[in-house]
Amino acid sequence: MNVIEFKNVSKAFHRAVGQRLIRHYLEDMMGKTDPDSFHALKNVNFSIRDGESVAVIGANGAGKSTLLSLVTRLAPPSSGDVIINGRVAALLELGAGFHPDLTGRENVRLNASLLGFTRKQAGDLYESIVDFAELHDFIDEPLRTYSNGMMLRLAFAVAVNLDPQILIIDEVLAVGDQQFQAKCIDKIFEIRNQGRTILCVSHALSTLQSLCTRALWLDHGQLIMDGPVNEVLQAYEGRALHAPKD
Amino acid sequence: MTSIWNGDYLFLLENLIVKDFKIRYRNMSLGVFWSLLNPLVLMGVLTFVFTKVMPNNSIANFPIFVLCGLVPFNFFTVAWNNGTISVANNAGLIKRIPVPREIVPIASVLSTTIHLGIQIALLLIFVLAFGRGVNVYWLWLPVLWALEIVFVCGLVLATSALDVYLRDMRYIVESACTVLFWLVPIFYTLDIVPREYVTVYEFNPLAAMILGLRRILMEGVSPNGDAGLVYKLAFTSTITFVVGLSLYSRLKHKFFDYL
Repeated sequence: MNVIEFKNVSKAFHRAVGQRLIRHYLEDMMGKTDPDSFHALKNVNFSIRDGESVAVIGANGAGKSTLLSLVTRLAPPSSGDVIINGRVAALLELGAGFHPDLTGRENVRLNASLLGFTRKQAGDLYESIVDFAELHDFIDEPLRTYSNGMMLRLAFAVAVNLDPQILIIDEVLAVGDQQFQAKCIDKIFEIRNQGRTILCVSHALSTLQSLCTRALWLDHGQLIMDGPVNEVLQAYEGRALHAPKD
Repeated sequence: MTSIWNGDYLFLLENLIVKDFKIRYRNMSLGVFWSLLNPLVLMGVLTFVFTKVMPNNSIANFPIFVLCGLVPFNFFTVAWNNGTISVANNAGLIKRIPVPREIVPIASVLSTTIHLGIQIALLLIFVLAFGRGVNVYWLWLPVLWALEIVFVCGLVLATSALDVYLRDMRYIVESACTVLFWLVPIFYTLDIVPREYVTVYEFNPLAAMILGLRRILMEGVSPNGDAGLVYKLAFTSTITFVVGLSLYSRLKHKFFDYL
């Protein structure tokens, strides 16, 4: 069964879009602004079966994050179809929805409800979340007293406890210190070995190589290679050597 | 676009409301006292102006008369202003987590109702202190407040979505509130409003709310009266909510691009 399917998907952003005031709309009407749009994704086609773990690679600005926001349905495609079957948990940005003035405990509860936990699940999983994050001593302190690493540990602990059918990871493998990073990666392997589908964006190519079986290579919004992870990474690394660094 | 989020709406709503409330009050040394200060100060000032500076002897018990106007008005302006900017202010959430997007402005309005509850308690204490007892029509009070909340939710759904596309919206809302202070009967009675405008007042949910409150709390009669105030309030609130919700669900698809 395909859990993710992209059919001729394109996503364009207007360069002018963003914070807009009446002035900007008036300028549009008078034809003063550049109507150019920028294609973050162009005619992308692929499908991912249940239980596959797929890496998405490419240079900065290649469209990786846009692809993930289409999978999570945060953004609609400009054209084409995006079909998703199953519950998606997205580690797009750890701690989105965390608030510095709330305590660790309050943030866990809030974040759990945002990610789709039921009241019962949030209660049942609370202990294992705090255990995983190793933050028992600080859990009733406001989040602003946490170090960045502690905050990320807590966020990661909530997200991986959701038991998603599809886990989406965007550059969040570098969480906390070495020891905690290893723990996170172990946890992701555990989720993969339970037969979940994983879609992972990272620049840590060695981790991708061991975690994923397949890779998608995006370049300037186009899917230029789709195949077994080793072959794609080899081609990507070969090309990266010749291309200027970004 | 169907959402892939299938969590617990009520649990999420509760958490968002509690979050707003805690953040608002944890950073205030006097906490809940601030909810009482604004209507009390305005009540004092308006009472001074209309009993000493420009005495208007046709209105008895001016302090509670004006408080019946200030409490719904204060909730209305705070909820509408905060609600309008709620979507843009939660851009991080809306762009990163696939929560149902209607929940953000609605939680913003509902968190203001905690603050409203405190003000209602203040109003009722004043009513009792001025020697107006409890009567059977008090049973209408929850209905009236619920209708006002529905009305504000409808407005906020519309303006918060528009604010994403047009950041001037928040200033338009602020100005509208200033204008409304004069156009709803906060410090005057409906009797002095020219007859041809009375219907307009009755179909303004905020004005209907204030008139209904006064009928219950000051006159001890049914809020409905000959004009069917509660029916009009229910009608306009429902329409506003339906229009606001459909506008929001139309506009929400492109939030990602504009935030």
